[in-house]
Amino acid sequence: MGGFLTAGIVQTALEVGLIYSLVTLSLFLSFSILDICDLSTDGCYTLGCAVGAMVTIAGHPILALFAAMAAGIVSGFVTALLQTKFGVESILAGIIVNTGLYTINLAVMGFSADVSIVGKDTVYSLIGSINKGVFWKGWSPVFFLGALILVICFLLYWFLGTRLGLSIRATGDSPAMVKASSINPAFTTTVGLCIANAMTGLGGGLIAQYQKTANINLGTGMVTVALASLIIGETIFGRLPMFWRILGACGGAVLYRFLISIALRLNVPTEAFKLVSALIVAIAIIMPQAKSLIQFRLRRKALMAARAAKGAGASGNGGGKE
Amino acid sequence: MLQIDEISKTFNIGTVNEKTALHHLSLALQDGDFATIVGSNGAGKSTLFNAIAGSFYVDEGSIILDGKDITFVKEHVRSHSIGRLFQDPLMGTAPHMTIEENLSVAYLRANTGRHAYFSRISKKEKEYFREQLELLGMGLENRMSNPVGLLSGGQRQTLTLLMATIVTPRLLLLDEHTAALDPATAAKVLALTKKIVEERSITCLMVTHNMNQALELGNRTLMMDRGSIVLDISGQERENMTVEDLLGEFEKRAGSSLDNDRILLSTKEGV
Repeated sequence: MGGFLTAGIVQTALEVGLIYSLVTLSLFLSFSILDICDLSTDGCYTLGCAVGAMVTIAGHPILALFAAMAAGIVSGFVTALLQTKFGVESILAGIIVNTGLYTINLAVMGFSADVSIVGKDTVYSLIGSINKGVFWKGWSPVFFLGALILVICFLLYWFLGTRLGLSIRATGDSPAMVKASSINPAFTTTVGLCIANAMTGLGGGLIAQYQKTANINLGTGMVTVALASLIIGETIFGRLPMFWRILGACGGAVLYRFLISIALRLNVPTEAFKLVSALIVAIAIIMPQAKSLIQFRLRRKALMAARAAKGAGASGNGGGKE
Repeated sequence: MLQIDEISKTFNIGTVNEKTALHHLSLALQDGDFATIVGSNGAGKSTLFNAIAGSFYVDEGSIILDGKDITFVKEHVRSHSIGRLFQDPLMGTAPHMTIEENLSVAYLRANTGRHAYFSRISKKEKEYFREQLELLGMGLENRMSNPVGLLSGGQRQTLTLLMATIVTPRLLLLDEHTAALDPATAAKVLALTKKIVEERSITCLMVTHNMNQALELGNRTLMMDRGSIVLDISGQERENMTVEDLLGEFEKRAGSSLDNDRILLSTKEGV
């Protein structure tokens, strides 16, 4: 890693990647499992961030994380309510909630676009102060976040194996079967979206304390980033058993952050940064298709070559007989 | 056991596409009745099933199952006592979930308690699923952790049949459930259906386009046309009825020559 990627860069990429993996897990649940495109992610992430920041300022950094999760659950509940009770198209329901959340987020932050929590205790500072060692001081956020994500992955995996979890999976996989199995799809959709948005909210709460600031535009584009991470994860780790798919989603998020770090390291100008992000996302999405296309081309080339060789041989023989 | 009283359903009311799918339809099934339903396309057979299963609420009339008025009971609640198979073998199962997971979702109908939400599939249940799969004789018991999407249409439809009956339903609705399968598989699925329905004396309604089947299977034959039941035969009258008679009735009632090739084509075959 030496000169190109310094320890600091790796560390930051890991930290932010781990926080982003919560949002990726959220989309894994809503998009991959429930087959719902939940576009309220951007607003919900900012909501978690705003709520987390305000409670942290009040002096309760741990409570802040739970508050951020609770806020996410409420947001998810409203999105689900629009879809299940009022029959709003899932994409539209997400957009409506996302739009509404902008004002709510501003209100949470006392109608200012920025809130700073510099100087307040955060979960990172609390954990960092356990040990005075320099190594611990630097790497404790990575360990803390890694452990947290691992626990959440296990919980999610365990949950998806319960009867309720299986019902949620079935809801996204075969709506007709769900109704025939005495499961209320409105209920499973609501539970699924609440859990998904709780994770998004938690991600927001963690990033607020990590960056020591909350910004009204923090969540913009988050849904794209999480979707890209999800696809990177599924491209690399493939269609594996459930637990590996969950870990793959997290791996995708971390990898995405690494790609961004590399782009930053290559001195991409700030103006071009959005374009670079979009390119990374596009490449990630194109990858599976490109892979199969290249494989097909190669196979066709080999087949054509074999046929040509055979054809030449056959015509040669034919010529000999004439 | 099932008492349908004067139900009506009109779709797209007030538009040019207005269509009366069910027209003051009444039907009473006794416990253990196995009735086959024939009728041309658009006669309202599937609409009747949708009305019974609760995919929509009827505009008029009432549906009573086991003495309980279910006219305005939600679909997923009705499915506690009503099992259903569709023509499309892909509809009744979740392709990305394993056979075992599919069965355990279907088995949810057994325990209604809310405490069961966070419980997992027990060893005992897995063993039970395995035994039930063995009875199908398709070797599915050795593929319990395979995704259902890897199975053939016939295997999937058989699995759906097992899922619909793993908790014995009070009423089983079969909507041409063998029509999309090849003849050999269709015969196998049909034999299994017959076996399960007879063994547990499940009350059953089955839509078919096969006149032979309509007369051979079960103890009653119903004919539907334009949203109502126009013929209801059982007992001696049914035994004396030949396929030609039934086709004649069909033509007479429908008031026009048969437009459904499928009925004509499938009259000679046994399947």
